[in-house]
Amino acid sequence: MKFENVMATGGEWLRGEGPHHQIVISSRVRLARNLRQRAFPGWAKKAERTQILELIKPRVEELTEMQDSFSELLQDLSALEKQVLVERHLISREHAAKSVGSAVIMNRRQTLSIMVNEEDHLRMQSIRSGLQLKSAFKLVDKVDSTLEGKLDFAYDARLGYLTACPTNVGTGMRASAMLHLPGLVLSEMINQVIQAVNKIGLAVRGLYGEGTEAMGNLFQISNQTTLGEKEDEIVSRLSKVIETIIEKEHDARQMLIQKKSNTLWDQIGRAYGVLTFAHAMTSKEALNLLSIIKLGVDLGAFPEDRRLPIDELFIDTQPAHLQKSSQQKLNAEERDHLRAQIIRERLRVFPKPDISKVARESENGSTPEPQNNE
Amino acid sequence: MLCDVCKCNEATVFLTQILEGKMQKVNLCDACSKEKGVQDPTGFALADLLLGIGAAEEIEKGAPSQKCPVCGFTQADFKKTGRLGCSGCYVTFAEGLGSLLKAMHKGTEHVGKLPQRAHREIELGDRMRALTEDLEKAVADENYESAAALRDKIKQLAHEKAI
Ligand SMILES: [Zn+2]
Ligand SMILES: [Zn+2]
Repeated sequence: MKFENVMATGGEWLRGEGPHHQIVISSRVRLARNLRQRAFPGWAKKAERTQILELIKPRVEELTEMQDSFSELLQDLSALEKQVLVERHLISREHAAKSVGSAVIMNRRQTLSIMVNEEDHLRMQSIRSGLQLKSAFKLVDKVDSTLEGKLDFAYDARLGYLTACPTNVGTGMRASAMLHLPGLVLSEMINQVIQAVNKIGLAVRGLYGEGTEAMGNLFQISNQTTLGEKEDEIVSRLSKVIETIIEKEHDARQMLIQKKSNTLWDQIGRAYGVLTFAHAMTSKEALNLLSIIKLGVDLGAFPEDRRLPIDELFIDTQPAHLQKSSQQKLNAEERDHLRAQIIRERLRVFPKPDISKVARESENGSTPEPQNNE
Repeated sequence: MLCDVCKCNEATVFLTQILEGKMQKVNLCDACSKEKGVQDPTGFALADLLLGIGAAEEIEKGAPSQKCPVCGFTQADFKKTGRLGCSGCYVTFAEGLGSLLKAMHKGTEHVGKLPQRAHREIELGDRMRALTEDLEKAVADENYESAAALRDKIKQLAHEKAI
């Protein structure tokens, strides 16, 4: 499979069909594994790293899950291609910085991606649309069980799987979900939720921004520790917490509709206006406004069939995707123009927001009632 | 820039404090800053935090001048990168790593998945330990007949283990 095919076929998770996909964009589970008695990638000399790569890569490529896969050495990918893979969460930022002695192998559906010689010899990741942590874990667990018969993984009876960074030792597992939480942000309840989640040993952080600033109202929640808890316990604990956050987000949206409708319609109207008519737009502004339009689709202010074009814009307006699709390197100003142009074109067939279609739940239950004007 | 505490995540919180005329700087990631309670600037002393950072220092305590026999990694390298050199480092620096892992994780022992062959190795190890204990006891009791039988069993088990 060629890189062009990776570009052309958006990964399964980008199509957003999984359970709770309105709020949970994607679920990911990653396992870290290393070969016994071999220097970790960060400490190994180039020759040893290459040797390890040659041991691992054929074993990964022959997996039944990797038939018709995309398999590439990092030195054979351009900086732009690496960046595209980062924007699709198929490789990490750290892996994109690697060159000789590292590789990435992923399946056609882009649900499974394996990095060789990232921080650990193997980083195996499964990514699914919506809230599907369990099935994401199942896939990557199966791959791990197949590979352990062919590769001598480093482990310790007491400490579990041994990893380059002591923060990953034990299960070597990081389970995470990307959540779209505009309701909690607009109602200013997000910090409360983040604090509560942190207290029970899970990490929440803004997806693109630093610290508490979250572009596009996108947040990533994940387990923080890997030693002393079973994989399936971590996964189900995380899933339960996410289900609670989904409820909170849902409540926040209903609260906004019922008590702050003016603010809400103003936000949606402005986002629609700017996206439809702007001629220059930064990635940050685009993400924030697209998030509000996505909320509008969730609430029914835009028709449901407009969902996919909006979801696609989240990825297609990222810097590397813009440049790759326009076949040229662009400076920041050129990118901002092209970004605005692509968004204008896609929104040309987009109807104006219609707030009379917004489903309102009564205070006590979920029976929708007709919406009065604000 | 990496977080001074976990040395894994990007630092997002940068703190400077002047203490007794000396300027101290600490860079923390989001998770560690929350863990250390630096969200509340009044309720936290940078000096305590610096003392708590002791990851590399812990390792030094355990192995003052040790080098990993497998990969040649030293504690100075850990201080620099926050990463270990190879899986063997977990044995080499076990003593110092113990308290670091305890501070970092939920528990101190792995309870999850292990490779299939690990279960066999662990079981053989347990049986070997039991037989060795029995042998020592038999020798101490001058029960030479059963000692000889135990030695044979140990020899056979060692052979099994080697396969
Ligand atoms: Zn940290
Ligand atoms: Zn070592």
